[in-house]
Formats: sequence, structure tokens, C-alpha cells
Amino acid sequence: MESKDASERPDIEIDYKAGWADPENFTVATDRGLSEEVVREISKIKGEPEWMLEFRLKSLKLFEEFPTPKWAESAIEDIDFQQIRYYVRYSDKEEKTWDDVPDNIKETYEKLGIPEAERKFLGGVGAQYDSETVYHNLKKELAEQGVIFLSTDEGLKQYPEYFHKYFGKVIPPEDNKFAALNSAVWSGGSFIIVPKGVKVGVPLQAYFRINTQNVGQFERTLIIAEEGSDVHYIEGCTAPTYSSDSLHSAVVELVALEGARIRYSTIQNWSNNVYNLVTKRAFAYKNALVEWVDGNIGSKLTMKYPSIYLLGEGAKGEVMSIAYASNGQIQDTGAKIIHLAPRTHSKITAKSISRADGKTIYRGLIQVAPHAKQCVSNVICDALLLNEESKNDTFPYQEIHRDDATITHEATVGKISQDTLFYLMSRGIPENEALALICMGFFEPFAKEMPMEYAVELNRLIEIDMAEYGAIG
Amino acid sequence: MSTLEIKNLKVAVEGNEILHGVNLTINSGEIAGIMGRNGSGKSTLSKTIFGHPDYEVTEGDILFNGESILEMSTDQRANLGLFLGFQGPTAIEGVTLSNFIRSAMHAKNPEAKLENPIKFHRRLRKDLESMGLESSFLSRGVNENASGGERKKGEMIQMKYLNPTIAILDEIDSGLDIDALRTVAENIIRQREEGNTGFLLITHYNRLLTHTKPDVIHLMHQGKIVKTGGPELAVELEEKGYENLVREANN
Repeated sequence: MESKDASERPDIEIDYKAGWADPENFTVATDRGLSEEVVREISKIKGEPEWMLEFRLKSLKLFEEFPTPKWAESAIEDIDFQQIRYYVRYSDKEEKTWDDVPDNIKETYEKLGIPEAERKFLGGVGAQYDSETVYHNLKKELAEQGVIFLSTDEGLKQYPEYFHKYFGKVIPPEDNKFAALNSAVWSGGSFIIVPKGVKVGVPLQAYFRINTQNVGQFERTLIIAEEGSDVHYIEGCTAPTYSSDSLHSAVVELVALEGARIRYSTIQNWSNNVYNLVTKRAFAYKNALVEWVDGNIGSKLTMKYPSIYLLGEGAKGEVMSIAYASNGQIQDTGAKIIHLAPRTHSKITAKSISRADGKTIYRGLIQVAPHAKQCVSNVICDALLLNEESKNDTFPYQEIHRDDATITHEATVGKISQDTLFYLMSRGIPENEALALICMGFFEPFAKEMPMEYAVELNRLIEIDMAEYGAIG
Repeated sequence: MSTLEIKNLKVAVEGNEILHGVNLTINSGEIAGIMGRNGSGKSTLSKTIFGHPDYEVTEGDILFNGESILEMSTDQRANLGLFLGFQGPTAIEGVTLSNFIRSAMHAKNPEAKLENPIKFHRRLRKDLESMGLESSFLSRGVNENASGGERKKGEMIQMKYLNPTIAILDEIDSGLDIDALRTVAENIIRQREEGNTGFLLITHYNRLLTHTKPDVIHLMHQGKIVKTGGPELAVELEEKGYENLVREANN
């Protein structure tokens, strides 16, 4: 029998398919490091109104004052904020047709399959390359219905009234160190407004690519779904594999007004030298539904806990997340749901797989406010460990200030059982393929929520990881 | 004709010897039955044939068409054309039966083009129906939320699609009602006729053997084959009981 105990399996690097880099011939970039000058320069390049510069400068102060979170994994200490370039631009303007996108950038997105995806099943696409959006397009029918899908910079120019009302209101810079950082240096991201009653039948997508070494990407996304509207937004992220680290620190604010539905899906596949420290939060008003579908495959360290504030009676919040921590990776993920109104419902399903010395952490918070009567919350959190060295920690917090709340929490940590592996192999399936099948099956509740193309891509990534893993094992 | 030959096989689990020198031959196209009480070593034998890592071969050999398979991994043995129907098949969360069988068919013959998934699904659904399985069995993970009987029927479906040279069915009859038992027996007979498959049927009861009419029956006791005979051995066992038959055999 060649099959060995899981602990004897050696570590193998992932074959990271999106790991190439284009030449770094950017047209505009700030110097390395963070300072008031850098923040002023970014604001000046963008030609922003004075109030946004004030907002940035205030945020910079907050970032400097915030200590690094004490509870974070020690890997966070390795980020050298003065080595990072906070703004890098390759193209002078945002294009509306692929033909006009600069050739080297176009090739990158073509390799990643973006134009094809747009033709096939997307209602609109935004593509961000380092700091700036290089391409933006929305299908004509959607534009005619009044749907707005712009880069956030362009949104600020065209719709300042929405920015005064919502920008930085869901996630203020005072929220945490990285929200403050993003607020100081933000650039790019998506700005979406779905008018009252409009149901966007096809997903809108943004594709984020870091190209330059040591660059920071700080996109800022704001989505407002007006009363009774419905939208699905998807984001994908990749970066070249460099020997030194990059930083991705986004802020995503969602507002679902009465009866609206927002689904926000992410497949995060950063190369394993990217720190991915993201703040995502949604406000859900009366009878609104917000769903975060969040897949974390890549990065060196991810810290991300999509949250939903259930502000109006009957609002619903759901988080479905997966995390795959391979060799050298830490996926510190989770969800926060705050029940602030009566009869609000929440559901969190978090599944994680750790392989080699990878580590997954689940941090979750369910809060029920004193006046939020008859709330229901259901949390399921399952971890699968593939090796003896792979690790998982689970920190589920609950602050329930009502006796009539119905709260359930189930958590499991398991290993792949010898019997399951034997069963698959007894059908002629080699060990590495059997492991990949088991992992894909474990993530199936997530995969079935993703558009087919993404589910296939997710399975392919796991197969590649396992194929290399099993080739030597 | 293909042959699986077990020669003087001694097997230990955590240092305790469980099989004390088993000799057995299974030929393609033939049905062999093996009877014995719980703990007599029947399941140890089937798992050892498939190279389960908990079972250590301390002496003897297992040969397929004259070549030792002891150094082969479980999947390699399966791809020789061996099939194991499990006594207690485990559930595989999130992996559908359709996906499972297709993965297995692909592993067995990576060059062959796989049937269109929709057509395959339709064919599978039909086979499920004739086996008496509900179509919801297809939309769940393999064996998820399935009863013991449903799992056994699932094993039979898998066998049909993998079309093995030799199939070892470990207590395929337990958990089945009389009608299901007859269906399983019919499938075994058909598989022998159509696929020239050889069978080793491991069972407690002679009912499966009455339906399938084995060519040879072995009686296993305390890690050894103590008696071998024709179909009449099953009848004799039913009449006299294990205790008496084993005593006779030992004398």
C-alpha cells in the first residue's frame, strides 16, 4: 500500500496560474511610503473636491494612531508600510471598449478570460489594474433602466450627492486601522446604483489585478440598491508572484434599502505574497436581503469578516464563505451579523480547509440588540484539516440581549477519514484525485452558489494544488 | 480467464494476527461464496485484498493472473478490474454518485472519452429506478442520508458501471428486504453472464447463495478456511449450524 499517513506528506507549492507579471512601465506613481504629501498627491492627481482631501487626511491621522490589532496573527507585523507604493497608474484614462485598453494590460485580462466572461454571462465589467480602473462597460439595456456602474473615482465626479450621503457612512475611517488606511489612499473600485424596483438579471463584475511589486491596492466600492431592487456583483482578484509582498486593503460598503437584495460574490485568488486586509459591511433596511458569498483561496494573510447590520424589521443577512489555506497561508476569515431590528434573520455558513502548514481561523460575531425581538440566527462552521501540521482556530462570539432570540451554532473540525479515502481509492481513483474530490465535495455548498464558470475554476484550483501534492506524496 | 489467487495469507492488525494462512482462488465467470460468523476474518480478507493500510500482510501472497499485487496501491488494484462492495459504505459529502462514478471510470480508462454528462445522468437514473432507488439518491452526496439498504443498492450500481473482472461483495445482503435481495441476486447473475465477472460473496446467510447458486462455497472460521464444498454446503450449514459444521471440519 503506497498510501501514507497524512502527516507524512511533503509540502508542495501551488502552481499559481495567474502568477506572471507585466513589465512595470507605469505612467504615474507616488514614491514608496506613506505620508501627508503622498495623500495630497493622490488627491491632486484625481482632481478631487476639497472635502475628500480633508476626509483622506483625517483618515491618515487615524491610521497612524490605530495600533495593529492585538489579536491578529503575528504575520501582520511583517508588513512594511514604508516599502509600499500607494498609487500606481498605467493608463491615462478608463476605456469603454477592449480595443482601446493598452495592449499589455489587455493581454493580461485576456489571459484571465475576462472579455469572454463579459460576452457570455455578465451585465457589466470593471477592470482595475493596480490603482486605477482601466476598463468599464455596462450593457446598454441596464444603462437604459438607470443602472449606474462606474469606477468609484468617476462616480464621485458624476454623483457627488450619493457620496455625501453614503460614502464612509457604512464603514467610517474610525472603524479600524485598515479601513482608515483605505480611506486615506483609496483609488478605484466600483460605484453602483440600482434604481428603485430594477432587477439586474445578470451579474456585474469587477476584476482586480495587482501588477507592480510592492504596490498597494486600495479600491473602494460602494453599492446602493434602492427600494425593491436586486443586484448580483462579483469580484475576482489575482496578482503576479513576486518575492516581496504587496498589500490589498479594500473597503466595500453596501446599502440595501427597503425590500432590496444585494448578493456580493468574491473569488479571492491573490498570489501568496499579498496581504489581503479587507473591510466589508452592509446595511440592510426593512425586509432587505444581503448575501456575502466569499471565497478565499489565495493571499499570504487574509483578514476579512464580511458583516451585515440588520437595521430594519424583517431584514435578512446571509454569509456563505470558504477558505483554503495551503502551504504558508493564513486565512483569517469569518462574519459579523448585528441584529438591530425585530424579526431579523441571519445565517452564516463557513467552511475551511487547511493543507500542509496552512492555517484557517474563523472569527464570527452574532449580536442581538435589546429591542430586536424574535430574531433568528443560525451559524454553521466546519473545518477540515488535511495534515498533522495544518491548523484551525474557531472564535465564535455571541452577544445576545434578548431571551426570545433563536440562536443556533454548530462547529466541527475534522480530518479526512481513512475509510473515506479507502472507499474512493477502491474505485480506482488515485489518492490525489480522491483528496481533491473530497475537498470539492466539502466546498460544494459554496460552489453551487457561484456562477458555473467560477465553480469550475474553484475546482480546477483545488485539483492543481492536489495534483502537485499527490505527485510526490 | 482471469484469476485472483490468495496464497497462505497471514494478516495482522496492530500486531495481532487475524488471518492465519488463507488459501482461496476466484476465477472470472465463477461465483464463490464465503460464509462465517462475525469476527471470523471475512472482512479482513476483503480489505486486505484491496490494500487497506490498517491491514498488514505478514506472510503469503495475493496474485492477479499470476502477478503479486501486494506492492500496488488501492487504486492500482482496483484498476486491474477488482471491485469491492463495502459492508458499510461511507458517505462522501457533496460528491454526487454521478460525479463519483465518472471519476472512477475516468481513472480506470483515462484515454476513453467520457459520455455526455446529461446522457450519463439519464442512464444512471434509469438504472437507479430498476434497482429500486429513488432519484433523490442522485442529487445528494454519495450515500448521504441513505439507509443501509440504499447504500448496498448504490454499491451494486457502481459495480455495474465499473464492470469488474472480479467483484468481492462484503455482506451485500445485509439491510436488504426480500425483494431487494432478489434484485441484487439477479444483478449478480446478469453481471456474471454479461461481463463474465467472477464473484466472491461474503455473507452470514445462505439466502443470497440460494438465489445466486455459487459454484463453490467456503466456510471461514477463526481466520482460516476450514471447509470448501459445492452449493450443498450452504444447505448443510443452514441445517447443522456453524458450531457443528466447524467441529466436524476440525475433526
